[in-house]
Amino acid sequence: MSVFADALVAAGQLLLTADASLGDITLLSLRVSATATLIAALLGLPLGAWVALTGSRLRLPTLVVLNASMGLPPVVVGLVVYLLLSRSGVMGPLGWLFTPAGMVMAQTILITPIIAALARQTIDDAHLSLRDWFNSLGLSATQRVATLLFEARFSLAVVLLAGFGRAIAEVGAVMIVGGNISGSTRVMTTTIALETSKGDLPLALALGALLVALVLIINGAAQWLKSWLEQQRG
Amino acid sequence: MNFRHRSLRSNLVVLVAVLLGAISALTHAQDTNITVSSTTSTEQSGLFAFLLPQFQRATGITVKVVALGTGQALDVGRRGDADVVFVHDQPAEEKFVAEGAGVQRVAVMYNDFVLIGPADDPAKATGKDIAAGLKAVYAGKARFVSRGDNSGTHAAELRFWKQAGLEPASEKPSWYRDTGSGMGAALNTAAAMNAYLLADRGTWLAFKNRQNLRIIVEGDSELFNQYGVILVNPKKHPHVKAHAGKKFIDWLVSAEGQAAIASYKIGGEQLFFSNARK
Repeated sequence: MSVFADALVAAGQLLLTADASLGDITLLSLRVSATATLIAALLGLPLGAWVALTGSRLRLPTLVVLNASMGLPPVVVGLVVYLLLSRSGVMGPLGWLFTPAGMVMAQTILITPIIAALARQTIDDAHLSLRDWFNSLGLSATQRVATLLFEARFSLAVVLLAGFGRAIAEVGAVMIVGGNISGSTRVMTTTIALETSKGDLPLALALGALLVALVLIINGAAQWLKSWLEQQRG
Repeated sequence: MNFRHRSLRSNLVVLVAVLLGAISALTHAQDTNITVSSTTSTEQSGLFAFLLPQFQRATGITVKVVALGTGQALDVGRRGDADVVFVHDQPAEEKFVAEGAGVQRVAVMYNDFVLIGPADDPAKATGKDIAAGLKAVYAGKARFVSRGDNSGTHAAELRFWKQAGLEPASEKPSWYRDTGSGMGAALNTAAAMNAYLLADRGTWLAFKNRQNLRIIVEGDSELFNQYGVILVNPKKHPHVKAHAGKKFIDWLVSAEGQAAIASYKIGGEQLFFSNARK
């Protein structure tokens, strides 16, 4: 199992030498997945709230589709976005294929259902305990959504972290849509795939360890922020 | 209630429009960079990392390389998603030009394929004749890993089997493993299974997880592996950066570009041999 020892050494070297291209790759990973999470949150949270609160006949079908879409295969999303963004596709004129914008689009499609479905559940639960209070105040739908989103904000933060985790960890979609172009669309997961195919398994594993560490740090920071905010509130 | 929901929905539409606008503003294309769809062998052997900075210094043009199998790389060009294709499957390249997807095929360089296999060579395939080597693998029912991904190397492998008078790809015996993967992934698989496979020399030389594998057959003139470069037809795809793409092709076949290709070495061994014919 010397490959694990080699990987540890490689990870240490990567960090110590503060490899410039590794820095770019890591930043791009963060930028693409954070942007996708932000857009997915702006789309998914209202959508989740709507499904939670609506009396529409579309509620049940939407709910089933959302829940099922949490399992969208990244490679299929990648392929569909590739065909859309291709110069021969309907969104070709945008020129987004093989750019970070295209990668953001793919990851947004991938995680919006996750954020919407989990937010729906969270808001449903919160609404159950607040419904009578809302009725007594006679709040409008928009006011209800805003209040629920605020009251459930800590649980929703976990929902966003789940979406972000899925985005930054996937390789299938960004590989196809981004093209893994060195210095342009290469992110951590595609680098890991590339180093694996070059047979440099210790380096690939070291990059994997760094990716996991990065996600850990982000989750740790979110947890710390939550505790801090709760303390502030008293 | 209905009215309120409608306002929520229209807000959503506005939001999406604003976001799409913001993203597209961030990523407007520049004319000083071109996209080249190429093969994994040129990228993973490190050739592009070596060549492209020199080309950029000479012309100021940045090249973005998407590395795929030859079949897929040509398809990217066919869809208009690259300005130049740089691949190694002459029949497929000529078809690409004949159907009007590309302007003209220009030969740039060659290297060679090698038959890789277990160090102890259980099929006794070692030699200088690829047909004889494959026949020995076939007779010995030794495990063989095929790319199976419509790449240039896959096309070459099928051609060599055919020249040996054998067709394991259609017979599908259990020792013939169609992996549908790139060169590196196929090498990893072969290393783990201690199997034979056909590889391009460049990727093999740069490959680090060799385990028990070594070169079994090399030096047969049949193993010649020609690379060609083609400008994607700007008449078919008007957005193709024909001017910058042409500059890249011209540089590759110029004395300077050809010398740069020939000077790329790993461990003292030359990987690609320039042979542009005007």
